[in-house]
Amino acid sequence: MSATSAPARGDLRQRASHGSPATRRRRRLPFSPWHLVLIPATIALIFPFAWLLITSVETPSETLHFPPILIPHAIRLANYSDALASAPFVRFLVNSAVVAVVTVLCNLVLCTLAGYAFARFRFLGRTALFAVIMATLMVPFQVTMIPQFIITKWLGVHVLAGVGINHIGALILPNAATAFGIFFLRQFFRTLPIEYEESARVDGASRLTVLVRVVLPLATPALATLAALTFLDSWNNFLWPLIAVTSTNQMTLPLGLATFQGAHATEWNLLMAANVMSLVPMLAVFFIAQRYFIRSVAATGLAGT
Amino acid sequence: MTANTVARPGPRQAGRAGLVRRALDSEQFNGWAFVTPGVAVILLFGAAPIVWSAVMSFQKSSLFGSSAFVGLANYRKMAHDPVVAQAIQHTLIYTALFVPGTMIVGLFLAVAMNRKIRGISIYRTAAYATMAISTISEAIVFIWLFDPSYGIVNYAFSKVGLPQQQFLNSPSEALYVIVAMTIWGWTGFAVVVYLAALQGVPQSLLEAAAIDGAGPWRTFRRVTLPLLSPATLFLAVWLTINALQLFDEVYLSTQGGPLNATTVLVYYLYNQAFEQFNFGYASAIAYFLFLVIIVVTVIQFRVGRRFTYYRS
Repeated sequence: MSATSAPARGDLRQRASHGSPATRRRRRLPFSPWHLVLIPATIALIFPFAWLLITSVETPSETLHFPPILIPHAIRLANYSDALASAPFVRFLVNSAVVAVVTVLCNLVLCTLAGYAFARFRFLGRTALFAVIMATLMVPFQVTMIPQFIITKWLGVHVLAGVGINHIGALILPNAATAFGIFFLRQFFRTLPIEYEESARVDGASRLTVLVRVVLPLATPALATLAALTFLDSWNNFLWPLIAVTSTNQMTLPLGLATFQGAHATEWNLLMAANVMSLVPMLAVFFIAQRYFIRSVAATGLAGT
Repeated sequence: MTANTVARPGPRQAGRAGLVRRALDSEQFNGWAFVTPGVAVILLFGAAPIVWSAVMSFQKSSLFGSSAFVGLANYRKMAHDPVVAQAIQHTLIYTALFVPGTMIVGLFLAVAMNRKIRGISIYRTAAYATMAISTISEAIVFIWLFDPSYGIVNYAFSKVGLPQQQFLNSPSEALYVIVAMTIWGWTGFAVVVYLAALQGVPQSLLEAAAIDGAGPWRTFRRVTLPLLSPATLFLAVWLTINALQLFDEVYLSTQGGPLNATTVLVYYLYNQAFEQFNFGYASAIAYFLFLVIIVVTVIQFRVGRRFTYYRS
């Protein structure tokens, strides 16, 4: 974060005695004029969250009132227990967390192994395999979802029920390794100096040891980025769970919430209480690891440039 | 350490054990061993389905029934399906509004937030928070905000003397409500990308422009904006790909209605595949969507290249 542009420019202009009276008057404001823009913008960004929270503690009659009641007469926390009583949100939360965490771990292991091999080893078929992986990166999920559904169904019936339709395993296995993750880590590994790895090899370390002991410690920023992006993707995924899971106790939060909305479409207080409960864990994770999430998203943006 | 490795067979002891050991240590073996688990997942769930759904798009296949080849029948059906025409129209209108809208909001906020003033971290956090909310949570909140009878937006409208609106219940307004909710949901992402790019703009160039007598607006137009062009191109492409795949918000808020007013391509595809179980027809639509994405992305890169400045 370098110094800001506006004050620096203002200083220069004054020093070069180009400063107009208007500029000077503006600089005498006790606060930056940008606050006048940012405060309304921030209110607009925050307002949906605030209104969500307010509605979640209102009574049904307060929600069904026009004009809307901006300040509830009493804080009705019973909405939360009522919502919990009519749908297993704790279960949804646990399912979401299990799916996201296991997917992240699988991706870190599988994409590291594959990305490293594509970056450093010469083996038969490397170029062809890598080309196939890159091709899948470009295809939208909608093209593959129908066969993915059929394959998952078949696997559940003939191989292992835990990865079949209607099990949370079905939400993990198809995303256990991603083309993006392999590509991303391969690009990263190629930027590392190979000398450390070579000297470790000369000392007699196996290739796996070199990867684990020498390369991975240098790769923590890239791994953190991949973990953050995979986590966000998995947590917010909706279309695939909607297709693959129908029984309530296997649902993740977005799907559980959508199903709950279908059943309680006009009980706004319950719906908003459920929504708050679905939001808070992710907001908490997001703010605790804000640096990683922000850096990861910024990194994809900058990498794309 | 090397002195103690007596147990290891040296080159002179190259018996069968040595051969096996060397094979186990080769780039061939390790390469395949390392890539196999990850690549297997991608081949099974990513690559094979691409081919399979291409085949299915030439078949009349469903979840239960047999699959017979029908040639181009699915594609011909698509060309004459009025809902597909509507879906294409809605998808393009949505994309044309959502992508520039998000980019303008994101650029404006990022420029405003790219300075060290009091409370800046609060402002930034407010924008980032929209990234943590799932599409489903976002859609539920916005359905409530825009509720025709009890919604707070209609209340605000009545306060400023505007007529009450039906919003998501109105065929002429529903799509625009979805545009609004998704712009809000993507604001944080656009702000992060633009803020990162803004922080890469060298201070010296801005100062040079100021010395040459350029005002703040001209400096922004002529120096900052061109330096942001790679981020702009990235956002344009990324947001477009996501916009063409709009589904979650439509599924939750309108189910494609009212009167198909919000039926977008992916919603119709989902409907055909998993509500009507016309896998063949749905696959044809999916491939059409793929084609649209490729064409639009290629055009964006072609056009974008002319306006993009890379410093390195």
